[in-house]
Amino acid sequence: MTVFVIRRLLQSLLVMAVMSTLVFAGVFAIGNPIDILISPDATQAEYERAVRSLGLDLPLWEQYWRFLQNLADGELGISFVHHEPAIELILQRMPATLELAAVALLLSITVGIPLGLWAGLKPDSLAGRSIMVGSIFGFSLPNFWQGLMLIMIFAVMLDLMPAGGRGETAVFLGIESSIWTLDGLWHLALPAINLALFKTSLVIRLTRASVREVIGLDYVKFARAKGLSERRVVFVHVLKNIMIPVTTVIGLELGVMIAFAVVTETVFAWPGMGKLIIDSIFVLDRPVIVAYLTVIVVMFIIINLVVDILYSIFDPRVRLADVGA
Amino acid sequence: MADPLLVVRDLRTHFFTRTGVVKAVDGASFSVNRGEVLGIVGESGSGKSIAGFSIMGLVDPPGRVVDGAMTFDGIDLRALPDEEMRGLRGRRIAMVFQDPMMTLNPVLRIDTQMIEALTAHIRIGKADARARCRDALGMVGIPAPEERLSAYPHQFSGGMRQRVAIAIALLHEPDLIIADEPTTALDVTIQAQILYEVQNLVHTRDMAMLWITHDLSVVAGLADRIAVMYAGRVVETGPTEEIVERPLHPYTQGLIGSVPSRSKRGSKLRQIPGMAPSPLNLPEGCAFRPRCAYATERCGQSPADRELLPGRWGRCHHPLHLAAAGRPELAKP
Ligand SMILES: Nc1ncnc2c1ncn2[C@@H]1O[C@H](COP(=O)(O)OP(=O)(O)O)[C@@H](O)[C@H]1O
Ligand SMILES: [Mg+2]
Repeated sequence: MTVFVIRRLLQSLLVMAVMSTLVFAGVFAIGNPIDILISPDATQAEYERAVRSLGLDLPLWEQYWRFLQNLADGELGISFVHHEPAIELILQRMPATLELAAVALLLSITVGIPLGLWAGLKPDSLAGRSIMVGSIFGFSLPNFWQGLMLIMIFAVMLDLMPAGGRGETAVFLGIESSIWTLDGLWHLALPAINLALFKTSLVIRLTRASVREVIGLDYVKFARAKGLSERRVVFVHVLKNIMIPVTTVIGLELGVMIAFAVVTETVFAWPGMGKLIIDSIFVLDRPVIVAYLTVIVVMFIIINLVVDILYSIFDPRVRLADVGA
Repeated sequence: MADPLLVVRDLRTHFFTRTGVVKAVDGASFSVNRGEVLGIVGESGSGKSIAGFSIMGLVDPPGRVVDGAMTFDGIDLRALPDEEMRGLRGRRIAMVFQDPMMTLNPVLRIDTQMIEALTAHIRIGKADARARCRDALGMVGIPAPEERLSAYPHQFSGGMRQRVAIAIALLHEPDLIIADEPTTALDVTIQAQILYEVQNLVHTRDMAMLWITHDLSVVAGLADRIAVMYAGRVVETGPTEEIVERPLHPYTQGLIGSVPSRSKRGSKLRQIPGMAPSPLNLPEGCAFRPRCAYATERCGQSPADRELLPGRWGRCHHPLHLAAAGRPELAKP
């Protein structure tokens, strides 16, 4: 296990290095932030002062070298716009995004797995078919449109829920979050549902497909041949096996969820990282963009590691292979 | 003699698929007594496994038992409510499958998979259940059973996994065991060991056993009686020795001819010409007719199951060897 974790960490470092180079090159290829940052009627002297203060006059390789040095110190630059360390800006916004993603993930699991199980066990029933049709909608309608519809129906027409923004937060167990207050949950509901819709459909389809596959296998038949109750066959023999693919995908999707919270955060004016990155892209705030991408990559790496560990908990064959490694 | 433990009469199990009705079992009859091993022999695809699953009540949709009678110890299996059928499965009728690599759940430990088989039918304390499982593993020849209980299936070889499956099947000392080609996936030495042990168990405990195989040579030394299946039907039944020495159905003769044997060493193995018919589209009348050297026009009508010789039943219009057995009138067209 330790060997495995160390190997994975080394691989992660390599990924980080490659990614930072790509991001740096990519971000520097787009536009000139100075044009956006200073007013068009600024003098030539003001213009040059701004260029120098942002370090944009240095040759590209030197800018890159500084960037790497700063990266090693955990410094990801100062925001051109906010004049604050970019990483701090992101970390301030991160809890809002994480809470949104976590609640959405929880929703997609608690709704998706039971529905997927049902659809897999009773594929020809009316309920089974309806679940599958519903999941096609969740799958294929654009996310932003689903968000707008949620606002239209629940906030505008029925006037039940707030249309956007984050509610009151409170501190519990050392975590400040809006899930601890009623007002916070009230505000969180629509964005979380919006973010969860696509994933729920994905989990439903994946669970159903896995159930269909496993239910026909010999070991399920043998479990029945032992005279086990249908409940035990489904909730132990089938469920434990489908948790292997389902955990993997859900885990990987958590990263995607955080990264794609951008759309939901924009639609619901949710003050998370996604909204920050969109605003930063509009003003070419390079350090924030780079910092955001770095944080996302680190997050993906951590999630992958956790998924692998979970995977080995669910699948004894993986666990033992690693002890040998 | 007492009534047979299991009587299957004219069983029909069909699969209603998109491409048509697959008549996997289409009129199979056989019976088995306590203390007896009945070998069910036939080419792959002849419906042996589906016949076994039909008895267990484990035919998956789109398959369904559509006709026939199955009576186990006086109980009408087809009329039995689901919950009572579940109570029989694993306790009074057990089954061992063909592929030991697929039979055990890969993510559950052996003890979990054994103990649940016990607690599905009886109330038993954890320590007692464990002890009973350990003894069962020991009995089928698994070394260090106590330690092996906490292992996962992938830590066992194929032969050992099949022993575990057999141990599970034996946990409740069932009256009937259905063994569906349990040794086909194993190598010959292990196969012989397991055959020997299983035969012992059946006779010492007065169990009944259905031994399903496509390999006549495996079952010849093991079964007391044989039922030969072809295209979903039992075409011939009788005591093993008599069938092997004097087959009545041309298909049985073909099966015997295709088995290598010591006495016929050097002689050519004769393969049955042609291919087994698709169960989607069985020929009218005798399904073996297109491949049969003795077929006549009469074979276009389905032959009834007749007692051709004492204790020997078959479905054939032109049974072999009858003249020699003193029943020439049955052989006439
Ligand atoms: N789920 C199924 N759907 C359709 N046909 C099936 C299904 N299961 C088995 N069959 C058909 O039933 C026939 C008998 O199968 P089986 O009993 O497994 O044969 P075997 O004698 O080799 O054990 C085969 O031709 C097979 O194609
Ligand atoms: Mg078979």
